[in-house]
Amino acid sequence: MQTLVAYVENKPGVLNRVSSLARRLAINIDSLTVGPTDNQEIARMTIVAHTDERGAHRLEASLEKQVDVLLAENVSERPLLERDLAMIKVTADQTSRPHLMELIKVFRARVIDVAPQSLILEVSGTVDKIDGLLEVLRPFGVLEMVRSGRIAMTRGGDLLQPPVVPSASGTKTAA
Amino acid sequence: MKLTGAEIVCETLTQLGTKHVFGYPGGAILPIYDALGKSKLHHILVRHEQGATHMADGYARASGGVGVAMATSGPGATNMVTGIATAMLDSSPVVCITGQVSSKLLGSDAFQEVDITGITMPITKHNVVVTRAEDVARTIREAFVIAQSGRPGPVLVDITKDAQQASCEYNFDAAAPKLPAKRQRPKYDKVEFDRAVEMLNSAKRPLILAGHGIMMSGAMKIFDQFVHSGNIPVAMTLLGIGAFPASDSLNLGMMGMHGEAWVNHAIQEADLLIAVGMRFDDRVTGDLKTYARDARKIHIEIDRSEINKNVKVDSALVGDAREILEALLPHVKHKEHADWLAHIRELKGDSAVRDIQGLPDNGHLYAAHVINDLWKETKGEAIVVTDVGQHQMWEAQYYHHNSPRTLVTSGGLGTMGFATPAAIGAKFAKPDADVWVVVGDGGFQMTMCELATIVQEKIKVNIAIINNGYLGMVRQWQEFFYDKRYVATPMIAPDFAALANAFGIRGERISSRGDVLPTIRAARESKESFLIDFRVEQEDSVYPMVPAGGSLHEMIRRPDSPLVETAAQEL
Repeated sequence: MQTLVAYVENKPGVLNRVSSLARRLAINIDSLTVGPTDNQEIARMTIVAHTDERGAHRLEASLEKQVDVLLAENVSERPLLERDLAMIKVTADQTSRPHLMELIKVFRARVIDVAPQSLILEVSGTVDKIDGLLEVLRPFGVLEMVRSGRIAMTRGGDLLQPPVVPSASGTKTAA
Repeated sequence: MKLTGAEIVCETLTQLGTKHVFGYPGGAILPIYDALGKSKLHHILVRHEQGATHMADGYARASGGVGVAMATSGPGATNMVTGIATAMLDSSPVVCITGQVSSKLLGSDAFQEVDITGITMPITKHNVVVTRAEDVARTIREAFVIAQSGRPGPVLVDITKDAQQASCEYNFDAAAPKLPAKRQRPKYDKVEFDRAVEMLNSAKRPLILAGHGIMMSGAMKIFDQFVHSGNIPVAMTLLGIGAFPASDSLNLGMMGMHGEAWVNHAIQEADLLIAVGMRFDDRVTGDLKTYARDARKIHIEIDRSEINKNVKVDSALVGDAREILEALLPHVKHKEHADWLAHIRELKGDSAVRDIQGLPDNGHLYAAHVINDLWKETKGEAIVVTDVGQHQMWEAQYYHHNSPRTLVTSGGLGTMGFATPAAIGAKFAKPDADVWVVVGDGGFQMTMCELATIVQEKIKVNIAIINNGYLGMVRQWQEFFYDKRYVATPMIAPDFAALANAFGIRGERISSRGDVLPTIRAARESKESFLIDFRVEQEDSVYPMVPAGGSLHEMIRRPDSPLVETAAQEL
């Protein structure tokens, strides 16, 4: 599994370009997250791909060839923080609820919705942590779940910033 | 100045230096055609939009500039797909402008609506939909920059009809390209550079692999100096042909699947390969496991994604070939490499006698004779445009190109039907050049409708059809690998000479060797376009041949025959 970070133009069609490229290189994407940066015109992607180092190099270099991709970097070998966010709707009745609450504490999850027969939990952390929680929740009955996919950032002074600080003229003024 | 989007298209193209546009009108691009009529641009009406893209491609390759093709929405745009892919695979700077239905109809399956940017995403360097007249000028200027910069390639600009019809203020200078601020990587790594210098100067058996990138970067002169300062032999890729004169004694000729045996053996025995502007295509390397195992490798390449893609290299110099060669040159120590060069001469061995050129006239007409005579008669100075297949390989083997941009051929995609339209484009790029189409009977039939374009434009293009009544290269594979089961390769064709006449072009049919030169001469002397239907040996094959996926040094050689023995005795 390889993790890449990319800065792209925040406009229609760019996600399609990126995913289409991975398909062309026959690289399966495990997760891809995208969201705007503090500059609304630039989005940041975290791409986790089923490939080896060589495949990641090809993906990185091919991505950076795209006009709309400002920077692409394979960060797999760098000190890295990775996080995944999950919402899990789990069966919870009178009898199972107390037991559930204990587990939730251990995993530092939060209850964000309570219904007579179920709870929605929110948990963030590494993939392993979420997988671990999921495993212990399964006997209670997992009704629904959604995961955000991984986001990643290199540690400390190892900065990965968009190539150029946007000029003042590029920012939109409020009407 | 207030102009419509359509007028802005023509104005911007004109100000960018475009003189010719190859295209075909239709509903969604009518506003642009109306503006074209009032502009200084010369529009060449093609007979099929595939032809328009190949013409723009041929124009770009022969001129070194950008070729422009135009088509309407829907089928007009989809017909361009093969031509766009051809340009993509051979890194040719082509700008395609397509009409699109009005922006409010987008996504509604309107008449002749197709998502052409979606379709062409993987086969363009970049593509974009324009829905506002205000964005037309800047987008076209950006398209030209993208098409030509770095590793060139095709760009498609899809302009909705309402964007063509709307008016806005036009100012060329104000519409300067505003491309995203990309990361600038260092030109090349110092460590890699130093390692390359060390390898260059310590190699005993160095060999240069010369590719298309040399021409793209205009590095011919510095490349020549580089080669001679190190006295290093050079093998050419198909698309590299012309980057280094065939007449130079250090030029070994083409490498790869149909490269001469000594070239491929030299690659396999080299201790250093210096690849310049080439991408280790599978047709060039054969089996990667056995490819140049004793050689360390230096890769000079502008496209970072090509590094270590097929062949793992010891030094990667990413950047413009000319700049890198200029930087390397002062560090190259002169060496004679006398033993190595003598060894390569030995490798040639009896290849020259086995060569068909040495064979006496036995009444049969071989394609090799035709190409060789064409080369002699044109003194190697013609622009030759080929398709893909046997005729293409024979051209590469027997037409010795000394100048860049004189061979225009579909290499990467291997597109049948490329030659005739691409030659039309090349003729517009180089109106004074002697332009020859060399094409098979199969490929010619794919785009022969463009003969009408030749006549309507009153241009002079000579056409040599290498007619063997088969889809020759496929037949050859069936002969070698499918036990001579010739399925769907025997092919009848119309009387090409009569067909040419029907279009208003002179045509001749030739089937004996003695008639080849006089007819080529007649074609060259004719003021009008001239088609020659060369009826060549039907089941002739291209030798040598490295079977697909085979090792480069294990070739199928020219078969022995009584003729070969006679020729050997005569020498």
